[in-house]
Amino acid sequence: MDARQLAAGIRAGRLEPQALDEGFSDLHPPYDDHEALVAADRCYFCHDAPCATACPTSIDIPLFIRQIATGTPEAAAKTILSQNILGGMCARVCPTETLCEEVCVREVAEGKPVEIGRLQRYATDRIMARNIHPFERAAPTGKRVVVVGAGPAGLSCAHRLAMKGHDVVILDARAKPGGLNEFGIAAYKSTDDFAAREVDWLLGIGGITIETGRMLGRDLTLAELTSDYDAVFLGIGLGGVNALGIEGDDRDGVRNAVEFISDLRQSDDLTAMPVGRDVVVIGGGMTAVDAAVQSKLLGALNVTIVYRRSQERMAASAFEQELAQAKGVRIICNATPKAVHGNGAVREIEFEFTGDDLTPTGESFRLPADQVFRAIGQSLIADGLPALAGRKIAVEGPGRTSVARVWAGGDCAAGGDDLTVTAVAEGRDAAEDIHATLMR
Amino acid sequence: MADLTSTFVGIKSPNPFWLASAPPTDKEYNVRRAYEAGWGGVVWKTLGEEGPPVVNVNGPRYGAIWGADRRLLGLNNIELITDRPLEVNLREIKAVKRDYPDRALVVSLMVPCEEAAWKAILPLVEETGADGVELNFGCPHGMSERGMGSAVGQVPEYIEMVTRWVKQNSRMPCIVKLTPNITDIRKPAEAAKRGGADAVSLINTINSITSVDLDLFAPEPTIDGKGAHGGYCGPAVKPIALNMVAEIARSPETRGMPISGIGGVTTWRDAAEFMALGAGNVQVCTAAMTYGFKVVQEMISGLSQYLDEKGVGLSDLVGRAVPNVSDWQNLNLNAISKAKIDQDLCISCGRCYAACEDTSHQAIAMSEDRVFTVKDDECVACNLCVNVCPVEGCISMERMDVGATDPRTGKVVPAEFGDWTTHPNNPMARAAE
Repeated sequence: MDARQLAAGIRAGRLEPQALDEGFSDLHPPYDDHEALVAADRCYFCHDAPCATACPTSIDIPLFIRQIATGTPEAAAKTILSQNILGGMCARVCPTETLCEEVCVREVAEGKPVEIGRLQRYATDRIMARNIHPFERAAPTGKRVVVVGAGPAGLSCAHRLAMKGHDVVILDARAKPGGLNEFGIAAYKSTDDFAAREVDWLLGIGGITIETGRMLGRDLTLAELTSDYDAVFLGIGLGGVNALGIEGDDRDGVRNAVEFISDLRQSDDLTAMPVGRDVVVIGGGMTAVDAAVQSKLLGALNVTIVYRRSQERMAASAFEQELAQAKGVRIICNATPKAVHGNGAVREIEFEFTGDDLTPTGESFRLPADQVFRAIGQSLIADGLPALAGRKIAVEGPGRTSVARVWAGGDCAAGGDDLTVTAVAEGRDAAEDIHATLMR
Repeated sequence: MADLTSTFVGIKSPNPFWLASAPPTDKEYNVRRAYEAGWGGVVWKTLGEEGPPVVNVNGPRYGAIWGADRRLLGLNNIELITDRPLEVNLREIKAVKRDYPDRALVVSLMVPCEEAAWKAILPLVEETGADGVELNFGCPHGMSERGMGSAVGQVPEYIEMVTRWVKQNSRMPCIVKLTPNITDIRKPAEAAKRGGADAVSLINTINSITSVDLDLFAPEPTIDGKGAHGGYCGPAVKPIALNMVAEIARSPETRGMPISGIGGVTTWRDAAEFMALGAGNVQVCTAAMTYGFKVVQEMISGLSQYLDEKGVGLSDLVGRAVPNVSDWQNLNLNAISKAKIDQDLCISCGRCYAACEDTSHQAIAMSEDRVFTVKDDECVACNLCVNVCPVEGCISMERMDVGATDPRTGKVVPAEFGDWTTHPNNPMARAAE
């Protein structure tokens, strides 16, 4: 520990470049060929396999693993990608420990599942490295579909539509496509600019145009889209960030975790990426963990996640929680923020211990903080959208909204877990329904 | 520790684990290392007649197949007999035997099918002090093209003739090594016995092509674009070897003839199985070539523990399973079993279901919540579910009690023995009384 790490305030260069490189390297290093064969050999090729049932995109997991085991990872990749065109990213970010790997019979029997996620990455990396795009477009239909949002749902929907022969335009408010894949996940889960490379590879199907810097509600309206195109798919995600709603929420040093994560992902020089000495992250989901772990990896001295309910109710998976703790992040549970103290900039943040039903206990404490991240959820910016169900777009079946010829999927649509893999499934299924509708 | 001392055709060794005639026993350096590691004996790699030695290929001699984690399951070779001068081998044999008098040292021989050739070499071997000779009538590649090896072993008359020459021209115990590349292993064994052999050893390697290079379209191992069949050995051949050993052990013509068991012996358990089927000792090659000589230490400790736990001596083990090796027609058709799945051990992979439903008798039911149960009214006790289940001991065959009704046939399980020879469906059936 040296003076740079002890220095108070939000500042860059707390660690040597080498330490940053090590910290932000691949969380799960890729398998080499032999490791993949050994890992694949552990699969029992179950009948009606529970892993495939647990996969939101219903990938035929035993089949792709057998294809790896028999030396044809390219065929394995096609099995994966035919169900989940973002299989490469999902292999990196899926909480497999609560999906396929949780129900793997070897997890149930031995506590050691077949490492499905890493095998999926092996296969998809292989096909991308060889620059093979294993799908072809059908004959042109003459139909034009607009997809709003170039995140997982939109990309998945666009690819499937293009495959069916439709011409697709994707509009995205940001400067780059990818959505949360590009801006919203920890850097160590998507190294070597993977999200951007995956989008480039996906566009290899042809027939898809991406227009960036185009935001629904700001630059165009839903009515314009429905009149200009044969169908509309909304995969706009959740653009708003929930506020803490407490005194001092606007002090300097209090920030949305998603912005921090996005800045970090877009940074090409981590030595210039500032972080506090005493960082407090408020929330209990994946975003909280991503912000906390990366703060630690940037050299923050003390990083604390504070969650208002008990640890078992955290949305972050057990694996993510353990990862945070292994990196030196402290997790405090059953504590609700009450006030951000400081003189201009944050100096301390005050919490009250609360029960699981959030009943106050009257017991409070303060944590020193020079940087506070809000990670208590995101919300839909709902102006000019189809009817809502709760705080999201109401959908029926494969993403049909209240507006004719408008579909929605991903985080902006009601129902489903807010996971990349769920968004991919919803985008794909909406595309199938759009196709069926347009070709009727 | 059980006493593993073994006497095979009068040759004593501290344990029944010998190294087979093969690359590991080609020279003094290796054999000394083997004895130091604990091997009870070696069969020195096959010597040929005096003169310029044979030559080997200068490309790959071996091909293999692998299981999980590249565990070697089968090995194929196209190496010939020793390619070192006869006098060098004889000098080394003498030196090694002098330094390790308590270990077995048998010399493998392969010379042309002429009595003069055998008459010439036998005294030279005898002079080394070696304990015996093994006649290599088994190598299926290279030498067989020159009328030796398996070319002799495939003709019982030749086996008998050469064995007789050897016995007439030497006082040494003579073991005849048999090739499995024949249709009935009993015939060459009988021929060896007629010729006066003290024992047979089997199996030598099996004709094989391990794989094909799908870019070169050539068999492996490939030499300059071509390949020739080799001899297959290793764990994959053990079931074939066990059957051949058992056939000789139970044949009225050859019963009681000492057998040295060879073929995929990798662990103490393999060795115990060969011995239970009548082998007086075993010879090992592939396990040593895969893992080095140290594997013998596991074989020694494992066999010793097994014998201690069974409370029997080594000689009690030999042949103990032979009376239970029978013909199909003598199997009890009234012994009726049903598969039973232990639900506590079941991991719900469904492999038993897929196997039974797709390929067998539709005798396993699968519930919505992935509970697998046997349908006794369909189960024929074929054992496929047991064999495909990844969990050892999860599925077992449970024999039905006498007097119970088999729900598949609706018939009562009889108390008395009943085999095909007396079955009413058998047109040749003999009346039971």
